[in-house]
Parts: sequence; C-alpha cells; structure tokens
Amino acid sequence: MHNSSRRGFMGKAFGAVAGVGAVGSLVAMKKTWDPLPSVKAAGFTTLDMSIYPEGKLITEKWRGKPIFILRKTKEMIDSQTESQATRDIVVAGIHYMIAIGLCTHLGCIPAYIPAEKEFHCACHGGQFDWSGQVTKTPPPRGLDIPPFKIEGNKMILGEVGPEFQAMKDSGVTL
Amino acid sequence: MAHFTKATSVKDWLNQRLAVEKIEKVMASEYWIPKNINFLWAMGMILAITFALLLVSGIFLLMYYNPDVNLAFDSVNYTIMREVDFGWLWRHVHGVAASVVFLVIYIHMFTGIYYGSYKKGREMIWLSGMLLFVTFSAEAFSGYMLPWGQMSYWAGMVITNIFSLGGLHMDGLVEWIRGDYVPAQAFLTRFFMLHVFLLPLAIMGLIGLHFAALRIPHVNNQDGEEIDFDAEAKKYLDGDKAGSKVMRFANDFMSKDMMVVGIYLIFFFYLVFYNYGFAMDPVNFDPANGLKTPTHIYPEWYFLWSYEILRPFSINIGLMAFGFAQVIFMLLPWLDRSPNAVPASRRGKFKIWFWLLLVDMIVLTAMGKLPPQGIFSTIGLVAALGFIALWIALPFITMNEKKV
Ligand code: HEM
Ligand code: FES
Repeated sequence: MHNSSRRGFMGKAFGAVAGVGAVGSLVAMKKTWDPLPSVKAAGFTTLDMSIYPEGKLITEKWRGKPIFILRKTKEMIDSQTESQATRDIVVAGIHYMIAIGLCTHLGCIPAYIPAEKEFHCACHGGQFDWSGQVTKTPPPRGLDIPPFKIEGNKMILGEVGPEFQAMKDSGVTL
Repeated sequence: MAHFTKATSVKDWLNQRLAVEKIEKVMASEYWIPKNINFLWAMGMILAITFALLLVSGIFLLMYYNPDVNLAFDSVNYTIMREVDFGWLWRHVHGVAASVVFLVIYIHMFTGIYYGSYKKGREMIWLSGMLLFVTFSAEAFSGYMLPWGQMSYWAGMVITNIFSLGGLHMDGLVEWIRGDYVPAQAFLTRFFMLHVFLLPLAIMGLIGLHFAALRIPHVNNQDGEEIDFDAEAKKYLDGDKAGSKVMRFANDFMSKDMMVVGIYLIFFFYLVFYNYGFAMDPVNFDPANGLKTPTHIYPEWYFLWSYEILRPFSINIGLMAFGFAQVIFMLLPWLDRSPNAVPASRRGKFKIWFWLLLVDMIVLTAMGKLPPQGIFSTIGLVAALGFIALWIALPFITMNEKKV
C-alpha cells in the first residue's frame, strides 16, 4: 500500500517531466522547419515600373515566384468591366495588371496566349483573362496579387502599401 | 536460473546463449503455410526483395549524390551517370525498382481484396499493408525531388500546395513544409533527410509490423478454407506430410517462393538493362526552373489514379474526393459487411464490384496521363464519380450476401 502509492507518485512525477520535455521538443522541431530569417529577409524586390512595354507580358521574380506584369493597352483600359477594374494597379498614371504567376489551383505557371489575351494553365486546364480573373475552373479565384507598395514610379514587392491594403480589405486578393 | 554447460559445438554454444534453434523453428521450419496457394502469394516476398534492391542501390547513389540545389542535378546526371563506374547501374536499378515496386504492391493489394484476406482476424495485416503503401508513396515522392529536375520542382510545388487545403488557405503550413516561399534549398535538404533516413526507417518498422500481424491468423488460401493450423501442424509433424493441409515455411514454401522471385528478377534486370526508359521521365532531364512550368505536368504512373480523382473537380470538392481516395482503402475490412472470406468468384455481386473497381482504376490511370481536355475530361470525371460510387455501394451490396 505504502509502496504502491509511492510508485504512483513516481509515475506521475515522471509523466510531468516527460510531458514538459515532449512539448518543448515539439516546439523546437516546429521552429526548426520554419523559413530561415535569411530567407524571409530576401523577400523584397524593387521594380522600376517605367520600363515595361505596352501589351506584352513580362515575368519578374519575387520570393522565387514568377510575377506577371502586363502594362495594359488603351483598348484594355477602355474595355475593362467593373470587376476587372478592381484589379487595376496604377503607378505614375500607367495601368498595369500585376499578379503572382502561379495558378491558384495548385501552383503551375499559366501560359499567356497573346492572341486570346488569356492565361491557360496546362496542369488541370484552368483559365484566366488578361486582368487575372479566373474564367475556367478548377482554380478557385483569380491570380493572387503580391503585397506591394508604390513609391513614385517604383514598386516594392513584399511591402504592404495602402493600395494593396485596400485591395486586400475589399477581397480582391488574399 | 540460467545454467550454462561446456558447449559441445558452435551451434550448442549459440543455442545456450541465443536459443538459435528455437528461433529457427518459430520463424521458419515450424511457421506453417497452407498448401493450397498460388504464385500470387509470392508477391510479398518479391516486395521484400525489391525493397532490398532499393536499399542497396540507394546506399551506392548516396555516396555521390549532393543535396544542394546548385549541385544535385549534376551530381546525378553527370557524376553518377557518366563519371562513376557502374553509377548508371545503381541509378537504373533504383529508378526501375521504385516504379516496379508499385506494380507489385497493386497486385498484392488486389490479391488481398479478391481472396478476402482482410477480414476474420486479418484486419491488422490489411491496415499495416496500407500504412506501408502510404509510406512507400511518400518515399517515392521524396526520392523524386532529389535529382532536382523540372518535374522534381513542379511536382514538389503542386503536391505541397495541396496542404493549403483549398478554401482553408493554409499557406503558412505550405511555407512551413517547404521552409521557404517556394521549393528551394531548405525543401531539398529536408526531403533528402526523409528519403534516405526517416521514411526507410519507418518502412522497415512497418514491414516488421506487417509480418507480426501475419503470425496469428496465418496467410489465407485460394479456396477460402478455414484451416486449423495447430491440428494440421501436428499431423505434419506426426509424419502424415501428404495428408496435412500445411507445409513448413522453410524450406518447403520458400523453395516455391524463390522460384517466382527468380522469374521476377530475370524480368526486373531485363528492364534495368534494356528497358529502363519508362522509369526516367524525359522532362526531369531539364534542371529545375522556378520560372517555367513544363507544358504538361503529370505524376509517376502509380499516382495517376488518385491524381485523376483530384483533377476534374473544383478545388475544394477535388481535395475532398482526393482525401476520400487516400483513406477509403484503409476502411475496407469494415465496409465489406459480409462474413464470407472466400474468393470473389464465389461472392456474387462482390465479384462484379471487384472487377469494376479494378477496371475503374485502370481507366483513371490512363486518363490521368492524358491532357485534361474534351472527351478525356469527361471519361475522367465519370471514372472519378464511379470510384466514389463503388465505395459507397460496397456496404450495401455485401450486407445481404449469402453465407457460403
Ligand atoms: C523505400 C523504397 C524507395 C523508393 C520507392 C525510392 C524511390 C526513389 C525515386 C523515385 C528516386 C528518383 C529516381 C531517379 O530519378 O533516379 C529516388 C532517388 C534516390 N534515392 Fe530512393 N527510394 C527508396 C529507397 C531509398 C533508400 C533506402 C535510399 C538510401 C538509403 C535511397 C537513396 C536515394 C538517392 C540518394 C536518390 C537520388 C539519386 C537519383 O535520383 O538517382 N532511396 N528514390
Ligand atoms: S494548377 Fe492550374 S489548373 Fe491546377
């Protein structure tokens, strides 16, 4: 009786020590797999927006991901529907389509078909229009817009400026 | 109390310390196997041998492979393939074995389904087998990342994105798995660790569990006969070897088993030497490039059926269907409501169900390889819906099955 209650106590004491150790190890393991500070610090890219030709899709790179930049033609700007216009990004008076060039389905890079002014994703057949809106599933939403901040005719990708915040708040992008 | 005497032979010396004779009996000469089984029961041994081939070839690849995003591609495609003497052999053995192992796994699984070898005490065999299937899938996927070619990179991108769980937008989880915003160095090194250490270790543990689960129920037989193993073993040991329904695992059964293994190995090395191309995707001979998707992304052939279940639907429904396909096989012992553990040929509606499932999965596999357009999309969608319907129907068609 005396012995068994002592063993019971020892068992509980060990359980407590082991429990603390297990939780601590799990935290350490979780954190070890987090992106490194150097990876996070390299997450900013500054673009000079004045260099892009009209109507031609250019791909830049940010955080290892392709960034689509399309300086819109006059025809595109004039024909924009209301929902297409919500995705419009204006830098120094020039209109752009800017988006992360990864399909919102599972992340392939959709190809731009200039003749149809559309993006086609080869992986599972998703499609997007020239403004980045989804036109054919399986992608659940339009192309995501990277966080950006406008400074004069420069754009800093990775920083959240007021224009981006507004788009995020109104649900235009994630 | 332990009592040791002067040994009369090496065997006696070992016997006193390790009970080798007893172990040999328990594991081999008095482990009883029914006589009425066919070559399909050799698949397990073939899997064990193929795993050994993967292990040995993997160890030799590991001596020159370099898990660095700038070096990995060349360490495989230049160093191992061109500089290292016989490096090509290890790579081709490894690649062919990784592909063929899944063919044998599927045969092994469907054999189990056909003969009802997942019920009446054999549930743990089935479950541990399914866990092996899942771990092998993870092993093959992580290995596919290592050469760091275009298919490695884009398969890594697409598969890790599945963990954002569609509408739940768990992008933080995806970045945590990758250790970066996209697959990069952290991703390659951690998948390298998984591939060469943690997952093989888990596989070995699971193989042990799989074998242990066989111990008490023993293997099934091709007539669905319930054998009293103790009585039959006694008959055998008492001298009536011909009248007994069982035989020794070693050497009796092993000699049959190794015959099939021998034929398999001839086929296997024929593939390694003359026909390895199917195991090496041409797209993966381009180095990884995060700014260019290959025009058509598809997984290795053994993942195509589940990929095709994901593909025709919108993302959330697709992910649910995919998740369903991943776990549903595990539940087979409980979804099959019939008490009959006999071959499907004697089970009426279940027989039809079995062949429909097999054909459906072959159709899904074929459609998964084709571009998602036109008639192929439609056939894929029908086959995906068919897969789900078959599993939902299973409890109902087996519920009223007549006892045979
Ligand atoms: C459990 C079974 C295993 C499977 C299914 C498997 C699968 C694969 C696959 C599909 C590849 C890519 C093949 C290629 O492109 O050449 C690969 C590569 C590799 N595997 Fe395995 N593997 C297994 C076990 C192992 C083991 C046990 C080791 C070492 C301890 C290992 C070491 C390697 C190495 C170093 C590579 C990279 C070299 C290369 O790509 O050719 N593998 N594995
Ligand atoms: S990744 Fe684009 S449609 Fe699936």
